[in-house]
Amino acid sequence: MTMLTPNAPFSTGQNRAGQDRAGQNRSGPDRAPSPTPPMRRIPDRTDAPLTALLKSWEALLLLLAAAIFTANSFASPYFLDVWNLSDATFNFTEKAIVALALAFVILAGEIDISVAGIIALSSTLMGATAAAGQPMPVVVGVGLLTGLACGAVNGLLVTGLELPSIVATIGTMSLFRGLAYGILGDGAYTRYPEGFAYFGQGYVWEWLSFEVTVFLGLALLAGFLLHRTSLGRAVRAIGHNPTAAAFSGLKVRRIKFWLFAATGLAAGVASVMLTSRLGSTRPSIATGWELEIVTMVVLGGVAITGGVGTIPGVVLAALVMGLLTFGLGLLNVSGIIMSIVVGVMLIAVIALPVLARKLSNRMRRTTP
Amino acid sequence: MTTPTPVPPARAQHASAQDTRLLEMRGITKLFPGVRALSDVNLTLRAGRVTALIGENGAGKSTLVKTMTGIYRPDGGDIRIDGAPVVFTAPAMAESAGITAIHQETVLFDELSVAENIFAGHAPTTRFGLIDRKAMLARAGALLRTLDAPFGPHTRLKDLSIGQRHLVAVARALSVEARVIIMDEPTAALSQKEADELFAIVERLKAQGRAILFISHKFEEVFRIADDYAVFRDGRSVGAGALADTDQAEIVRLMVGRPVEQTFPKLAVTPGELVLEVEDYAHPTEFDGVSFQLRRGEILGLYGLVGAGRSEFCQSLFGITRPSRGRLRIKGRDTVIRSPGDAIRAGLVYVPEERGRHGAVLAMPIVDNMTLATLPEVSRYGVISRAREFALARRYAERLDLRAASLSQPVGTLSGGNQQKIVISKWLATQPDIIILDEPSKGIDIGSKAAVHGFISELAAQGLAVIMISSELPEILGMSDRVLVMREGRPIHLYDRAGLTAETLVRAATGNTDSHPELAA
Repeated sequence: MTMLTPNAPFSTGQNRAGQDRAGQNRSGPDRAPSPTPPMRRIPDRTDAPLTALLKSWEALLLLLAAAIFTANSFASPYFLDVWNLSDATFNFTEKAIVALALAFVILAGEIDISVAGIIALSSTLMGATAAAGQPMPVVVGVGLLTGLACGAVNGLLVTGLELPSIVATIGTMSLFRGLAYGILGDGAYTRYPEGFAYFGQGYVWEWLSFEVTVFLGLALLAGFLLHRTSLGRAVRAIGHNPTAAAFSGLKVRRIKFWLFAATGLAAGVASVMLTSRLGSTRPSIATGWELEIVTMVVLGGVAITGGVGTIPGVVLAALVMGLLTFGLGLLNVSGIIMSIVVGVMLIAVIALPVLARKLSNRMRRTTP
Repeated sequence: MTTPTPVPPARAQHASAQDTRLLEMRGITKLFPGVRALSDVNLTLRAGRVTALIGENGAGKSTLVKTMTGIYRPDGGDIRIDGAPVVFTAPAMAESAGITAIHQETVLFDELSVAENIFAGHAPTTRFGLIDRKAMLARAGALLRTLDAPFGPHTRLKDLSIGQRHLVAVARALSVEARVIIMDEPTAALSQKEADELFAIVERLKAQGRAILFISHKFEEVFRIADDYAVFRDGRSVGAGALADTDQAEIVRLMVGRPVEQTFPKLAVTPGELVLEVEDYAHPTEFDGVSFQLRRGEILGLYGLVGAGRSEFCQSLFGITRPSRGRLRIKGRDTVIRSPGDAIRAGLVYVPEERGRHGAVLAMPIVDNMTLATLPEVSRYGVISRAREFALARRYAERLDLRAASLSQPVGTLSGGNQQKIVISKWLATQPDIIILDEPSKGIDIGSKAAVHGFISELAAQGLAVIMISSELPEILGMSDRVLVMREGRPIHLYDRAGLTAETLVRAATGNTDSHPELAA
C-alpha cells in the first residue's frame, strides 16, 4: 500500500519520493500504485483575493474612516483645508508609531502597557540632558536609548523571569513614570537645544510634516515585516501556539525579547516627537496614552489573544481615532465626552461583526 | 493487523437480550460552508449495547457526535430519544437528556480535584446555593468505588495518569445519569492494561442498560467490545448491523470503499552507515541510562507503557529538555543539542504525539504550517516567497494524499489524519537524517494509517533513520527493524525483529509475566 497516486508528479519510475532529499537517489521500492481514485488538485486559496478583501475588517475600518471624514467636512467648513488636514495628523501619529510596534507584541500573545511610562521617562531624561547643556543629537540619542533600554527591561522580565507580560508591564508602567516624577518632581524642563523643535513641528515638504513622514515610513516597514518576512510569520505562530512554535525550532524567547525592545524604542521615538512638539516636559506627559494605544491596536483588528491582525488595520484604526477626536475637537466637544465617544465606538466596532455573525447563523438555522 | 483477533464470547449473549431503541438519528444532514459534512445519515443506539462507529478520518464521525451532543444543530433530519423527537440548541440540553461524550483527549480541569471535575457544572448545592462539598465528595467517592478507581475524590487531576483521567470522565458521565455515553477514541492514549480496565468498565455500563457509542480505529477493540456497528464514509451511512453477522474484511471494505492491505508495508532495507549514537542519556526524573545506535534506513521501535519515559527521552534528544548526562554523536560527530533549532540543523527532527498542542498551529493555514520549520529555505533575506512556499506545500500535500479544500484552510478544520500528514510534511521539508515519530498513527483512521506507514517505510528505504514511539503492538511489530523496550525510564532490552513476539514485548514493558491476559493464551 502506498499513498502515491498514479498522477502525482512524484510517482515516476523507481524513485518516487526521493526528489526532495538532495543527494539521496537510492532507488525506491517498485510496487504497484494504489487503487486510490485520481486526486483532485487542492487549490491554493478558497476565496478570490478581492472577495477576501471586501469581507475583511480593514474594509469596515476604511468605511468608518470615510464616514467620519465626510461628517467632519460637513461639521466644519475649514476641515478640508490641506493645512488643517495636516494639523489633524498630529493628533495620532505619535501614538500610532507606538501602536505599530505594540501590534507585534500583542500578535505574539503578549502585552505592554508601560509605553506611556516609557515616553515620560524618556522625555524627562531628554530634558535633563538638555538642561545640562548637551547638543541636540545627544538629547535625541538619550531619548531613543532610554526607550530601547526600558523595552529591554520589559523583555527581560517577560522572557528571562517568565513573568506574565501584563503583570510585568503594570509594574514597569509605575516604575518608569515614578522615576520621571522622582527626577522632576513638580518642575518642568522647558529649554531644548536649537533644532530639536523640528521633530515635532517641522515639515519635510510643504504641508507634509516630519511626524507623518516617519509614521508612514514605519507603517510600511511594519507591514513589510509582518506580512512578508519570516519574522512576521514567526510572530503569528508564537501568538497562536507558542509551544508548537518552539517545537518548530523558532526562537520564541529571543523574538519576544526583541519585540518588547522595539516597542520601547518606538515609545522613545514618540517621546522625542511629543517633547519636541510641546517644547516642554512634565512627568505627567502622555498620561493615559497606554490605553489609547492599546485601543488603536485592538480596533485595528489585532486579537488580544494573539496570532490575528494586520498592519493596514492598525493604520486605519489610528486614522479613525485621529479623525474622530479631531472632528469632535472642531465641534468644541470636551475631552470627557470625547473619551466616552471613543469608548462607545470601540465596543460598537468590536461587537458589530460578532452580532452580524450571530444573526446570520440564526437566519441559516431557521431556513434549512 | 497481524495478530489474530480473539472472538469475545460475551457478544453472543448480549445480542438477543435487549432490543430497545434508545436514541435514533434519522436523515441527519449538516452543512458547512462549501462542505456537506453529513448527508442523510442514520444511527440507532440501543440500551445495553455497544455500537461501534467506524469510518475514515473526515467521514463525519466527529460531526455526528457534535450534532448528537448539541454542539452543532443539524440542517436536516431528526433525533429521537425513546421515540420522542428532541431538538438540542445547547450542549447542556443534550446532557440533561442523558447524552454525554467522553472525548478523545479528555477535557478536564488540571488544577481541580477529582470530585470537582466530576461535578463541574452540576455540583450538589446547599439551601443557600453554595456548593455542598460534603455531598459532592461523598457522591464522587461512591462513583469512584463503583469504577474500582485506585484514587480518591480529593486527588488533584494533574496527579493522575491519562488512563486514570478517563475513569474520571466516565465517573462524570455517570454523575449526570447519562443513558447514552459516547466514547471517542478512548483508548488512543492508553496502554494495553489500561485499555483492558476501560473495557471492563464498558461491560459494566452496558450491563446497567446504558447505550454506548464507541468510536475507535482499532478493529481488535471494536470486535472485542462492540455489539453493533455503523460505518460512515464521506459523510454518508454506508452500512450498519450486528457485528456477529459480519467480519473485519467486510467492514474495511465498507469504510474505504476499496480493499486495503491489512499488513504493514515494511520494506526490506539494508541498513546503511551509522547516523546516530546515543550514549548513557539520563534525566534527573524521567529517564536513565539510555544508549543505542541507529543506521540509515533503519526503523527503531520504542515500546513501553504510557509514562515509560519514551517521549521525554526523545524530546531531550530534540532539545526541548536538557539531559543531565549523556553523549550524542550524529553522523560520527559529537553533537550537543540545546534547542529544537540545533536539532533541526543537526538533521534530527521530532514529530510530537500531541498534534494540537505541540505539532501544529491549528489556527494557521496549511501552507504556513508546512513551512514553519523551513522558513529560511522558502525565503531570501528573511522575505518569504509565497510561490516557493505554495510549491513546497503542494509537493508534500500530493505525496501524502492530503484531503483539504484549499492550502489556505486552517489546519484545525481538518481531520486528525490529515493534520498528521501536515505535521510530518513540515518535518520532512527540513530534509532530516533522523526522524523521531511519537505515536505517528494515534487517532487516525485505517486509510490514513496505511498511508503514514507506507510513507515511513519508504522514507527508511531512502536512507532516513527512523525512531518510532508506539504503544500499538501490531504497529511496533510490523514496522520496526529493532525494538527498544523502556520501563519506568530505563531501557530494558533491545530486540531484533526476527522472531520477536507481542508477548515478549509486553512482558518486558510491564515487568511481569502474566499481566496481559489477552496474550497469555
